[in-house]
Amino acid sequence: MSQPTLRTLRSPLGRARGMGSAKGGTHHWWMQRVTSVALLPLTLWLVFSLARMPDSTWQQATAWIGRPFNAVLLLAFLAAAFHHTASGLQVVIEDYVRGEMARMGSLLAVKGICALLWLAGSLAVLRIAV
Amino acid sequence: MSKTTDVREAVMVGRRSDGSLVRRPLSPHLQAYDMLQMTSALSITHRITGVVWSIGMVFLVWWLASAASGEASFGGAQWFFGSLFGILGLMALTAAAWYHTLAGLRHLYWDSGRGFDLPTTYATGRMVLMGTAGLTVLTWLILFVTWI
Repeated sequence: MSQPTLRTLRSPLGRARGMGSAKGGTHHWWMQRVTSVALLPLTLWLVFSLARMPDSTWQQATAWIGRPFNAVLLLAFLAAAFHHTASGLQVVIEDYVRGEMARMGSLLAVKGICALLWLAGSLAVLRIAV
Repeated sequence: MSKTTDVREAVMVGRRSDGSLVRRPLSPHLQAYDMLQMTSALSITHRITGVVWSIGMVFLVWWLASAASGEASFGGAQWFFGSLFGILGLMALTAAAWYHTLAGLRHLYWDSGRGFDLPTTYATGRMVLMGTAGLTVLTWLILFVTWI
């Protein structure tokens, strides 16, 4: 039996755990998949719901948004969609924006805008529903 | 298996988790890839429709916020979405949203480790395109039937 050789600088324990540096190597990728799975039924529900209310008055629209079932799903959609949007746009920026400052700046701007829009949309739903 | 022969290759050569050397793949670029191939065309369309959906999210938040701030501002938003520009924009957004949803489903299928052979890739690609057309037409059929 030949002598075993270790051809990597990573410790055997680190390799066994399979988690890479900072233990978060796949977290971004995984959360993109988790939110995409959540968005499948939510998007089907939202698009077909909105398609059935093209000529709704303000009273009808706010009554629809304010119904607990719709309000909860709207809040869930906004949370999953803006998480997914932020992580998707992050990948696009990392691929195309060159220069450390420009990349960091646009990443922070996109994350900030997504967070603010998520809060604004959620506040609007809550103001109508509560 | 590749070996580092040039110091400039240092960043292009990595190690697998078992320690063996591997040449890192280059991202596809326009000079090397025929963008008229269905595979690459659908790939970049998935990214473009994702960005379009991001812009659509701004309009969704505007619609919700206008509903929350009162009848007058909601009327303004509804007027915009009901205008010719608004309807055309919403039609494009609907197609982009369904495309991104179905192509995303295709990505989840790939993530499970299946469907990488060429015949399956082309078949699922055609299914995404036909599904996008079908769902977009169905959505606007529902909308126009409700409208009139």
